[in-house]
Amino acid sequence: MAVKLGRRAFIAGAAATALPLPAIAQSAPIRIGLLTVKTGPLAEGGIQMEEGILTFLKEKNNVLAGRKVDFISADTGGSPAGAKTKAQELIERDKVDVILGPLAAFELLAISEYIEQQKTPLLSLAAAEDMTQRKPNPYFIRASATSAQAMHPLADYARKELKFNTVVTIVEDFAFGYEQMGGFQRVFEDEGGRVVKKLWPPLTAADYTPFIAQFGDVDGIVQGFAGSNPVKFMKQYADMGMKKPVIGGETAGDDALLKSFGDEAIGMINACPYTMDLANDSNRRFVANFTKDYGNIPGFYAAGLYINGMVVEAGLQKVGGTTGDKEAFVKALRSVSLTDTPRGPLHFDDHGNVVGNIYIRRIEKKDGKLVNRTIKTYEKVSQFWTYDEKWFLAQPVYSRDYPPLKS
Amino acid sequence: MNLWLILSVNSITLGGLLFLLSAGFSLIFGLMRIPNLTHGSFFMLGAYFGVSLVLWFHLDFWLAALIAAFLVAALGGVIERFVLRRLAGAEQAQVLVTLGLSFMIADLCLMEWSGDPISIDAPSALRGATPFFGIAFSTYRLAIIFIALVIAAGLWALLDRTRLGAMIRAGVDDPQMARVCGIRVAHLFTVVFCLGAGLAGFAGMIGAPILSVYPGLDADMLPLALVVVILGGTGSLLGSLLGSFVIGFLYNFGQALLPELAYFVLFLPMVLILVMRPQGLFGRRTL
Repeated sequence: MAVKLGRRAFIAGAAATALPLPAIAQSAPIRIGLLTVKTGPLAEGGIQMEEGILTFLKEKNNVLAGRKVDFISADTGGSPAGAKTKAQELIERDKVDVILGPLAAFELLAISEYIEQQKTPLLSLAAAEDMTQRKPNPYFIRASATSAQAMHPLADYARKELKFNTVVTIVEDFAFGYEQMGGFQRVFEDEGGRVVKKLWPPLTAADYTPFIAQFGDVDGIVQGFAGSNPVKFMKQYADMGMKKPVIGGETAGDDALLKSFGDEAIGMINACPYTMDLANDSNRRFVANFTKDYGNIPGFYAAGLYINGMVVEAGLQKVGGTTGDKEAFVKALRSVSLTDTPRGPLHFDDHGNVVGNIYIRRIEKKDGKLVNRTIKTYEKVSQFWTYDEKWFLAQPVYSRDYPPLKS
Repeated sequence: MNLWLILSVNSITLGGLLFLLSAGFSLIFGLMRIPNLTHGSFFMLGAYFGVSLVLWFHLDFWLAALIAAFLVAALGGVIERFVLRRLAGAEQAQVLVTLGLSFMIADLCLMEWSGDPISIDAPSALRGATPFFGIAFSTYRLAIIFIALVIAAGLWALLDRTRLGAMIRAGVDDPQMARVCGIRVAHLFTVVFCLGAGLAGFAGMIGAPILSVYPGLDADMLPLALVVVILGGTGSLLGSLLGSFVIGFLYNFGQALLPELAYFVLFLPMVLILVMRPQGLFGRRTL
């Protein structure tokens, strides 16, 4: 089943119609819905999402801010239509108070307008930039990162610490890829580097060698692959005897992929909003509990949902456990500021997007296993990086052709 | 210059892998008149079985590939004998069943092997790169060409030199006449389905060190098998072999030179062939 990715068809935010909602008694359980993907090619991340939130709820004995939690998980199958159907089920049949997920940007775009009409707060990992930029949805909260949020610091690191002058980028031919590499290119070129070529293999390409053959002589390769593709890419890259350093984004070096990579991934530098080796209380607890329950190490998707759980809890506490007034609830969620989460301190900007740390890590071998070791932390990174917000929003959204290549 | 050489060699290695995948698909299509949409799943299952045998039981890579091929062949036999045969003659129903089975197998694989991609090293003797006109090529990829040619020769001998091969050819050309001559065509179906499934399973394991194994591998490979067979002609071994290399070249050069049109370039010949020469380049016109 091939995943069909729509182009960036943003739905104009229609005027939200106010629906009268029954007042919910405070003693009633809070209902949390999860939109995830448990079947098909996106299932790896989707299953980690569910495991991440379940780890959090178990830690809290299924009680948040004094209210018992009814948790309802729905499998979208990784398609926009599936996301729409399941979102409707969660809201209209299960009457959930808040939705976590979905995973992919094209799923999120399919339900954005509906969520706004229904005034249901939605905490998603989906990275589509404009959801918190040029076409914001007031009911949307993103505690993970926009597509480019980790790529801006990665470009800074590549330029300042790795001293790269020229790079080639390679990523799947879809919106998440365009936005990642657009962000990388803007910062890298503003700091004096040059992106020589941007390559876009199709999402389902089985063999990357035709692209790897075109890299040419540059200082480094930037890859932004997602899902299982980073594993395939690194293997084929090494098989061709290529030696240039490779750097990548949050999905390219995700901790959850470490057990799948071979030694060819050693040395890959990657930027991520979460890092497993962060030594604070909540991350130690999260990693220990997750590993115990699932016999697997958590990655970015699991941590993202655990953190979403923390945001929901903190938001609930702010409104004294009442969720009847949805506008007050979403406002409370957006004003959450936490100091101790598995990704470090975080708060939200006026658009509902997170301001938090981005970690630069290097893949190394330790006791026969691959690990990501954090080598630099960029603190309080906003979706606008160091740019002026007004200026940033006046530019077009990152796309396949923007910023254009300099010849 | 280097780019062209790299692309050419890669085209041939991909062609080799595609031949292993599509030879069985072509035989099944030729004999049973159905595109077996479970074929991508056989490829993926072979890969999963093979890597599990290597990673869990520490078997030798080649032994694991053979056992995986055998297991997938057995599964193919069961599917043919107990499902497809009950629908004998109802080709549309058979195609739909193979489609349904492919989804079921994909879900079972996800349950058993989770969504994490699994990667595996090439056999130790074939790791690393071989210099070739001053450019490094993966030794393992070069070995795939050799494996594909050996299998092609073996299949050719089987089809052209044995009694079973003669019966299969008769069945491909005219199943009714073959039946009249006393050939148990239904029995042939099972044999060919096993053989095709086994080849696909073997190809899966051979492809695993390059492609790694992940949910969705089945859906990535099936269209390639389909286009190879339509190009080459169903039931024709030579057609599959040449079709595989043609697609190997189109795939590599198309993606490198016209990335926006990569799939257009890949499927255009399929459309043209279907319109101009429906039996494929090497297929025989059936009545």
